[in-house]
Order: sequence, then C-alpha cells, then structure tokens
Amino acid sequence: MQKRFVSIWFRHLLTDWFTRRRPELRDVPFVFAAPERGRMIIKAVNPVAAANGIHIGMVVADSRAILPEVQVFNSQQGKDITLLSALAEWCIRYTPIVAIDPPDGLILDVSGCAHLWGGERPYLRDMVTRLSAFGYQVRPGMADTVGCAWAIARFGRLKLIVDAGGQVEALQHLPPVALRLENGIAEKLEKLGLTEIGSFMNMPRAALRRRFGENLLLRLDQALGQGIEYVQPIKPIESYQERLPSLEPIKTAPGIEHALRTLMEKLCKRLSTEEKGLRKAVFKCYRIDGNIQAIDIGTARPSRNVAHLLKLFEIKICQIKPALGIELFVLEAPVVELLSSSQEAIWNFSYNREMEIAELLDRIAVKVGMNTIHRYLPDEHHWPERSYKLATSLQEEATTTWRDDLPRPVHLLPNPELIEVTVAMPDYPPMLFKYKGNLHRVQKADGPERIEQEWWIEQGLYRDYYCIEDDKGERYWLFRLGHYQHAEPKWFIHGFFA
Amino acid sequence: MERAIGGIAAIKGQPDKEVLIQKLQNEVYALQRNKKVQSDITAVELGPIIHAFPKNIFPVGAIHEFISYEATHAAATTGFMMGLSAQLMQTQGNCLWVSTNRTLFPSALKHFGINASRIIFIDLTKPKDVLWAVEEALKCSSLSLVIGEVSDISFNDSRRLQLAVEKSNVTGLLHRFNPRMQNTLASVAKWKVMPVASSLAEELPGVGFSRWRVELLKVRNGKPDVWEVEWSKNSYQFITTQTIGQRISKRKIA
Repeated sequence: MQKRFVSIWFRHLLTDWFTRRRPELRDVPFVFAAPERGRMIIKAVNPVAAANGIHIGMVVADSRAILPEVQVFNSQQGKDITLLSALAEWCIRYTPIVAIDPPDGLILDVSGCAHLWGGERPYLRDMVTRLSAFGYQVRPGMADTVGCAWAIARFGRLKLIVDAGGQVEALQHLPPVALRLENGIAEKLEKLGLTEIGSFMNMPRAALRRRFGENLLLRLDQALGQGIEYVQPIKPIESYQERLPSLEPIKTAPGIEHALRTLMEKLCKRLSTEEKGLRKAVFKCYRIDGNIQAIDIGTARPSRNVAHLLKLFEIKICQIKPALGIELFVLEAPVVELLSSSQEAIWNFSYNREMEIAELLDRIAVKVGMNTIHRYLPDEHHWPERSYKLATSLQEEATTTWRDDLPRPVHLLPNPELIEVTVAMPDYPPMLFKYKGNLHRVQKADGPERIEQEWWIEQGLYRDYYCIEDDKGERYWLFRLGHYQHAEPKWFIHGFFA
Repeated sequence: MERAIGGIAAIKGQPDKEVLIQKLQNEVYALQRNKKVQSDITAVELGPIIHAFPKNIFPVGAIHEFISYEATHAAATTGFMMGLSAQLMQTQGNCLWVSTNRTLFPSALKHFGINASRIIFIDLTKPKDVLWAVEEALKCSSLSLVIGEVSDISFNDSRRLQLAVEKSNVTGLLHRFNPRMQNTLASVAKWKVMPVASSLAEELPGVGFSRWRVELLKVRNGKPDVWEVEWSKNSYQFITTQTIGQRISKRKIA
C-alpha cells in the first residue's frame, strides 16, 4: 500500500505554548534562555522577538543590546518533549500512528487516512486550522517519505503536498539542510557550491560516500523513498478504567454486586498482566435520570486481589441509591503502583502475613476511617508524652530501641490529673493523697525521678516523678510540678503501674 | 447385647476403666474442637497456673476474658495480659489492639518484653465498632494475638468471636473494664487480676516488682483457682507453690 506521511513543524513551539498560558505576552518580545558555559544562551524565540533580529543561539546580553525590552524566561529542560508528546497524543484523532520528532516536529503516518476528511488538502487544512486555533504556528508537509515530508514542511516554498512519487521533483531545489544532515556535512556541501539537493542527487554514490560519509546517502535514500525509515509511534497510556453498560436499568444490590465483580475481574486481569496493583478505586454508577452515584476505596498497599477489593467495596455498596435504575457502571483506578508478581508468587511467609494484615487494616480503614489506626515507634525523649511517636507506615522501622531501664506505668492518663497531697517534707514523697475523692495512704515510694521540660520544644516546669504504693497494694505514678521556692507546688497523678 | 456386656465387664476391671475414661475424655476433648490446641502448642509458661487447664495446656486459639472494675485493677490486668502476650507474640507475631479511650502507655511495654512497634492500635469511638473490629481481626490468621477492650458484650456476640477464633486459631484477649452486667461469655477462661502489695527482700525501702492476685474464675473443663504472681526477670514468679485456693479447700476438708 502506498505510504503517506505528514510532518508538522512547530515554528515556535515553546513560545507559542507560553503565549497560550499567558496571553498578555502575545505582542511582547520574549525569549527562553538557559545557562551554557557561563553565559545565558537563547533557546527559544517568539515571533515578535524573531522579527527584531533575535535568533536562537544568541547570548542574552546581545539580544538585550538589540532590543532592550525583551523579556527573558528560564527554559525548562525537556519541556519540548513533554509538549510534543501531548500534541502527538492529541493528533491521534488524525491517524493511529504518530511519532514525535524532537525538537520541534511531529511525524504522522497517514496512509489511508486522508480520504476520511475528504482528501489530502482538507485533511491538512483541518489539521492546521485546529492547531492554529490553539495558538501554535505550524507548517505541515505531506509526501511519500518521512524525509521528504520533513523537508517540505520546513523548506518547501510552493506546494505543501507532494504527489505520490514526486519526491525527486520536490527536493530538486531545496537546500541540503533539508535532508536532516549533521551540521558539518551541510556546510561542506554549501562550500563546494552544491546549494541544491538536485545538484548532487545524481552524482555517483561512491564519490558521495567517500567525501561526505554514509549518512548523506542514507538520508538521501530515505528522502527519495529508496531507503527504509521507521517511525516510533507514541503509545498513549490507557487509563485504568472498565465500563459495563446494562441493557435494562439495574436496581438491585445483587445486580450492582455482579456488575462490580465483572468489572473488578477485568481490571485485575489487566493489572496482573502489567504487574501493577491499585491503591485507589472509584466505582461509578450512571443512573438513567442523569445522576452519578460513586463510591471509592483506598488500600494501604497496591493490590490486585479481586476478593479483597470486592470486600472493601462491599461495605459501601449500600450507599448507592439506584432510584429508577443504573444504565452504566464504570470502575476506575486513578492510583496504581507497581506490584511485581514474583513478590506475590514466591511463597514467602512473612510477606503473605503482612499482606493479610494490610488487607485487614484496609477493611478497618474503609469502615471506621484511616485515622483510627495507629502504630508507635520509640522516640528519644524523656518527657513521657513524647517518648513515642506515630509510625507513618506499617513497614517503618524504629531508629532507636524501646527503653526499660526506668519504671514506667502501663496505663498513662491522657492528661495528668490534679490531686491533693500531704507531704512531710519538701522533696519527699507524699504521705497521703486524695484522688477522685478516695484517700490513699502511701506505704512505699520510690523517687524522685526528675524529668525536665524540653525548653526547645516547650517552656514549662520540670516534673519530679514518684512511684507510689498505697495500703491496698495499688501502684501509682505521681509527680510534683516545679519546686517549693515560690509557691506551694501542684501534685498530679499521671499513671497506674501494673 | 454381648458387646454391651463386654463393655460393662471392661469397666469393672480397674485398669481398663481408667483407659476407657481417658479415651472418652479425649473424645470429648476432640468434640469440643480443642484439636488444634493439641497439635499447635505454643508453650506458654504459666507455672502452677497451667495445671488449672485441661491437659496442662494453655488454650491458644481461644477467647480469654479479663474483668476489672477499678483503674488500678485495670492496670494490673493489663500487666498480667502483657506477660501472656509477650509469650503469645514471641518474636515475630503481630498484635492488634482494639479499644476506645485507650490509656495504655506504649513505652512501658518493654518491661514485659514486648516490642510496642509490633502492636497496631485501632482507636475507636463506638463500642459497637470495637466488637466489629475485634471480630474481623480474629478472622485474620496472620495475627498472633488480638486484644479487645470492650466493657459490655452479649453472649451472642462472644459466640461470634469464638466461632471466628475456631477457624483462624488466633488468640483473643478481651479486657472488660467496669462492665454494666456480669454476664457469662463463651470464653475459654475468665480471669480477674488485682494488685497486691509488693515486697522487697530484707525489708528494703521502695516499691518492689508488680505483684498480683490472679483469679481464674472460670475455665472450660478445668479447675478454677487463685494464685499470687509477681512479674520480675521478664517472667512470672509464683509467690507460694501451694496455691491459695488449695489451701482454702484443704482447710475446709480438715
């Protein structure tokens, strides 16, 4: 089948994109620059600046000398590639095979596509009109080969569409640069007076190869259609989504569950081929009255276990109000992460244990909320309330060890509670104390253990902790806040020993 | 008919009778779904307490119930539970702690030989959710222990927990603090732990090791009893080899 290619040249790709973002810069000369060998070199120029004689590769200082009002922005590394990829994805409307051609072009394999737009001319016109409407200045070229289309897009003067087999004629009067040559070779050709492709097209190949290398011949062959050139089409990332339309509107819970199961199986099958697991999933039900009912779940670890994911959804299915019926079910996975199958398949006991616990925690999180699940790690603070910290994940390891060299109560009150005491002497443990209306006679006591307030965190008085045993054998952790110097210090109960 | 006579004859012979009783006991024991306990013994060192349980085996994969009425008693109960938990979790196991208004101090658990990082706490607001979470957790066989702090639980709910445990073989400890009703639960054992005055050797001043009066109020197929236990050197130390309960019963007999 006759191959046809379109090459699209974005004349001011970066600056057009920037003008699209900031329309106020439309009539202002501006450039993108990046540091290179200690100087700011211009990387992209907008049409207004270009009209004033500023070109790519100039030093910013020079451009300021020509045009003092020029605005300079920092160019972002790799921005052109991302922009081209996005544009290429958009161009899939014209043909399924689109490749990017950095730094400023796209190549479309349009074989057998143009007739759908009513011929090649309306096809190209549509493409140019739409891209111009976005604000991009484009020049397309169409030919039988990639090389020829590329040359026409950038250097063609008369026709943008080269008829089938008309490459030789089209390339005849174009400069050698149009062959996508390396800089040195094009200059050498120009120096020898070979300013048009036509002038060396028919020279003996051996002579050309000897003087200019293999590359020139390759490019020439590719442009004329005698050599093969492959394009690497982009692959748009398919979103993790599954749809299930229903013939009859569905109203019952079993129906919804069935739909969910079908979708989940499909989705998990795809995830397992791609070695991925989902972290979030949204199940949307499109009702016939236009309303959309959605429920979502999240998991602590990437998962593609159908049974587990269904169980997470099961709790929320009752939240769906089907009303008159649901006509379309959509299951999406907005967040997916890598989950290699080797990890899953190898019979690793501890890993499976962890997975099961993670799944249990998912179920709990779905029902009562993620903020109810806590895990603690030791922290290097003496202040009891700060002696532990929240772990951020199930796998997080402690950086220090838990201590057991000092007595600590098993039950700690969330806030120390004020008690009344009788103390024989300062710095002595109390003889009596009254807590919640009950009088406790102290029999045995240990202490004090002084814990200073950490001034870099919080200002406050120190605490003198005493371990106390009363006449009933009950053990308490009491402390005195501050000292006796200024006023009668306050006593608190902070915990209960086992 | 002949077989029945033979059976009676066998009972008449003294050694045969014992063998037969042993056999029947084993059958009953198996019927009570304690099979798993026999095959998968986690050695829980409980000193003389172990004799209160059938076959001298601490029942793992079952529900144990702890009851306490005062804050200090609750702390003592937690202390005793932690001693058990350390043995049940051993080095690898994970524990889920489900509660409302939790006052447990994670930094104190090292005293009982527990790495608090291996406990996952679920802090809930509604007691109903606690029961749900405990049941879900008991179904997860990857956990070695589930601790639930619920004050009120009906018999039927406890049956549900028991059924979950039978499948997964996870041990569940229920701590009932100040329950409104003292109803019976489908638990394998019911414990009550109270603090007792500590003592140091040679009348040294200061507070000694934690000491408790441990009451086993109910044991399935076992003998309820009372002991005095001290927690020191990372294990239970028993104060008197002769238990208090036995002493009392002997006095009665005399």
